[in-house]
Formats: sequence, structure tokens, C-alpha cells
Amino acid sequence: MIEVNELTKRYGGTTAVDHLSFTVRPGHVTGFLGPNGAGKSTTLRLVLGLNEPTSGTVTIGGRRFRDRPRGLRHVGALLDAHEVHGGRSALAHLTVLARSNRIPRRRVDEVLEEVGLAGARRRRIGGFSLGMKQRLGIAAALLGEPPVLLFDEPLNGLDPEGVKWLRGLFHRLAAEGRTVLVSSHLMSEMENTADRLVVIGRGTLIAAESLTEFAARGTRPTVTVRTPDPAGLTALLTGAGAVVRQDADSLTVTGMDADRIGELALRHRVLLRELTTRTASLEEAFMELTADSVEYLAGEAR
Amino acid sequence: MTTTPDRAAAAATEMETATATARADLAQVTEPRARFRDLVAAEWVKLWSLRSNTWAFVIGALAVIGFNVGTAWDTYRYWTAQDARSRADFVRDGIPLSIAFTANAAMVLMLALSAIGATAVVGEYRTGMIRTTFTAVPARRSVMAAKVCVVTAVTTVFGTVVAAASFGLTQAVLSGRHIGVPIDHPGALRVLVASALLAPVSALLGMALGTLIRHSAATMTANVVILLLLPLVFSADRHWAAVVDHALPTGAWIRLVDVDRQPVAYPWTLTGAWTVYAIWALAAAVVAVTSVQRRDQ
Repeated sequence: MIEVNELTKRYGGTTAVDHLSFTVRPGHVTGFLGPNGAGKSTTLRLVLGLNEPTSGTVTIGGRRFRDRPRGLRHVGALLDAHEVHGGRSALAHLTVLARSNRIPRRRVDEVLEEVGLAGARRRRIGGFSLGMKQRLGIAAALLGEPPVLLFDEPLNGLDPEGVKWLRGLFHRLAAEGRTVLVSSHLMSEMENTADRLVVIGRGTLIAAESLTEFAARGTRPTVTVRTPDPAGLTALLTGAGAVVRQDADSLTVTGMDADRIGELALRHRVLLRELTTRTASLEEAFMELTADSVEYLAGEAR
Repeated sequence: MTTTPDRAAAAATEMETATATARADLAQVTEPRARFRDLVAAEWVKLWSLRSNTWAFVIGALAVIGFNVGTAWDTYRYWTAQDARSRADFVRDGIPLSIAFTANAAMVLMLALSAIGATAVVGEYRTGMIRTTFTAVPARRSVMAAKVCVVTAVTTVFGTVVAAASFGLTQAVLSGRHIGVPIDHPGALRVLVASALLAPVSALLGMALGTLIRHSAATMTANVVILLLLPLVFSADRHWAAVVDHALPTGAWIRLVDVDRQPVAYPWTLTGAWTVYAIWALAAAVVAVTSVQRRDQ
């Protein structure tokens, strides 16, 4: 269990994390979401005690992580797959970590096998692809069989098979009763991975709830309509209280369901060629909720 | 497949119980007692699992020994005096000992070892490995203390081997002209020990600066400034400058290997020079161990 309480971190004048509070429970895969620069990585560093919060507290299993003399049996973490020394072999890297925590050598072979790096164990990490480095980082996180696991953007660089494997691993770890926190800036990555979500933007909490609750939040169904008389139908629907956006060859209607649109069209003898209800996806819910907090926006501001 | 609500509820309860049991097991992390020697062992593996470190030691040793043996060879080659008197003067002036470990060799040793010491720390900051290290072992000071132990031990052995090899080889070459001295010659052991210990002192200085600065180039520059530049700036002919010079590791080494005792403006004792060595080593170790505690990583 990870408990984040009123966590704040300022660097000079910028506030990276702002009075953030949430709890990550065992037995679930919790997605940690936010756009680039939202403060995810900073939060994870604060959780691990690598950085000191300006104010607020964070505990893992009821204790500040920094107060533990050895960490691997309490928390397994993959912060950044590149944060390894490229000159070492995978085997040497894991041996160093295992040795420092008095973890038997046998575990090194086990985790190498588990992440599929057994064949590359003697190769220098510098020559690894990003996907292989991610696997190595995951191996390091698993070394101590910890009850809490943190992964920062672990799906980056993995091939589809790797993504599938990692999702399976997350679910298995959660089913074993472990606390699993997985960060990402892509909602689509979380859809089949997490069952709970913590969403942040500009360092503040936007949502902390189950995936279904989150999806329901953003659901503002829209109806796509195609008609040979877009101007006429737009006037008709707007007159009845709907919001209509005119696209290239279709209309997007919000604030009115398909049944009512069909009824109105029939009554006013407007021909419809398409009438489709679209519920907002998780991705859209995420975009909608974080729109105000996006740090780096391409092109014009919304 | 259909399931009655009752049965589903029962199954759910059963699952919850199972999960609760698993959680209870996980909440109780069984952990062996944390031992400092595991950290030392880990740092030992860390040091030797990088081929670049092995090469740095090998090339450093060859360069230092090469400088010394080269000077001895030059002396041997161009030795023209035939009489016993010149040979006696040569030995009395302590020149065989200054050839046993030359100032050039000391310079190379200081640069190489301060770089090796710095790399032990900066290498982790440059790659970000430091965060992996401190996540595995949140007791940061213990990690750094283990690193200090390993670097001190390895570089002391390195310095001893290099100084002993230099002494043996240079005196062997010089004895071809009957101007070599044995290890029990007055001052010989001191030259050997002072030069050997220059290795760990330089390495610890590099580590301390690396821990404070965290960037390769800036750390190397700081090393060069302290070990080479400051001794040049603070020449020993004014009192205040002499005091600064005597407080530097390079100044201490020069004092310790000075067997000839030419009169200088501001003389100082051997004990003073050994103390300077000890203080630099100790202060560097303390800085390396303590400065990681409060800063963000």
C-alpha cells in the first residue's frame, strides 16, 4: 500500500507536484496517468525517497521508504530503463543489486529467465535495445519479490508480444496481492492494463478511481449524422437545443440522442444517410479531463 | 453458464479470503539482517564488472612505472663519470630515490587515480545508475561508505604495487652503473610509502569532488586545479603561499620524498606532511559519505 498525503515538491519557482494525495491499494494494477510534464516521475522519485518533498508525506507499507536500510524486498521499481551502466553485463548488473540486498544468486538467474534475457545475460547492457533494457529493469524490480512494485512507462519500446507479456505479469503480481503502480502518458496503454487509475495534471490530482468510474465520467455521447442537407438539419437540431458541429461530410451532434434526431428528421422530412451514436472512449475522457493541464501543446491552444 | 447469486457470492467471499491471506503474507516481509559487508561486496563487483576500470588501472600502472624506469634508463645510458667519488655524491644527494619515483610519475598517478576515484561516483550520476543503487539500498551513506572502503583498499594496493615495482626496477637499472640503492637505504621506504599512499589520497579526493559536482568534466577540472594548478600558483617562497602549498596533497608528497633536504625558506616536518595526507583522505571520505544524504538524487 502506498499512501501519498498532501505531497508537494517545488524546484525553485516551479511547482512540480502540488498537494497531491492518493492511495494505491494492494491487489490491483493501478495506472498512474498524466500528460508529459504532469509530475509523474517526480512523484515516483518522492515515493522512493530519492527526492525530498517540499512538504507532505508519502509512505509505503506505513513507513517512509528512505528509512529502510535495504529496499529490494520492500519495493521493486523501474524508473527509467536507461538508468543502468552500459558497460556492465545484464548478469553483473543484477548480481550487484542482489548482492547489496543479500538476495541469493539463484534469484538473478530466475528473474533473467522470467523476463526472457537469459540468452543475453553476458552481453553489455549498452548494446541492448530499449525493450531489452525495460526487461532488465523489470528483472531488477522482481529480484526481491517485493509486495509493492512501481513502473514508470514500462511499455515504452516493447514489441506487441512484450506488451502482452508485461500486462500478464502485472495482472499476476496484482492477483498475488501485490501493489502494482504503472505510469503512462497514454490512456490506450492503460485500458487493458490497469483496473484503477490515478490521473494527475500539472502536479495536481485529477482523478483517483476505478477504470469504469473514470470512463463514465468522460462519457458525453455524440451522434454522427450524414445528410444531403447539412445546413437544414443543423438549423433544425440547433433550434431544438442540440449543439452541432459541421465536419467535411457529416455533422457531430451533442446534447441530443439518436432517437430524437431521427424523430425530428422524419417529422421535417430531412433525409438521413447515417445516424451513429458514439460514446467517448477512455482516451477521450482522459484528454477532456487533462486538456486544461497539458504542459506542452502542439500547435494552437484549444 | 449460469450461477446462482448465492453461489457467486460464496465464491467471491472465498476469493477475498484467499487474497486477504496472500496480502497478510506480503505485509510481513521477512528479511535477513542488513550487513555492511554485502554493500562492500556489491561495490567490489560493481568496480570490477566494468572493463574500463581494469584498463584504467593497467594503463595507469604502466604509465607511472614507465616514467620512472625511463628516467632511470636515461641516467644509466648517459652516465659518463668513471670515478667512485661521483657515484657516492650521486647517492648522497638522494638522486637514486628521486628517480625511484619521479615528479612526472607522481603527476600521472595523481591524475589517473583522481579520475578513477571520480568515475566511481560520477559514472553512476552520468548514467542515472545512482537512482537504481539508492532504490535498492535507501541507506545512502552506507552505500557511499562501502564505495569509499573498496576504492581505498583497491587504490592502496595499486599504489603499493606501482611504487614497489618502480623502486625495484629503477634501482635495478641504476645498479648497472653501481648507483642504485637498496630498500633499507635511509629515506627509501618513506619515498615508497609516500608515493604508494598518493594513490588512495588522490582517488578519495576524486570521489569527494565527484560526489559534490556530479559531472565528469567539471570534476576532472577540479581535480587538476587542486592537484596540479594550486601547487604551481602557491610557490613556497612567501610565508602565506608556503602555508597553502604545505596544506595541499602535492606539497605533502614533495616534502615526503625530499631526501636531500636542500634548505628552503619555510621548512616543515615530516609529521606535518603525513598529517596533511591523512586529513585530505579523511575529509574526502567524510564528504563523499555525508553529502549524498540531504541532496535530491
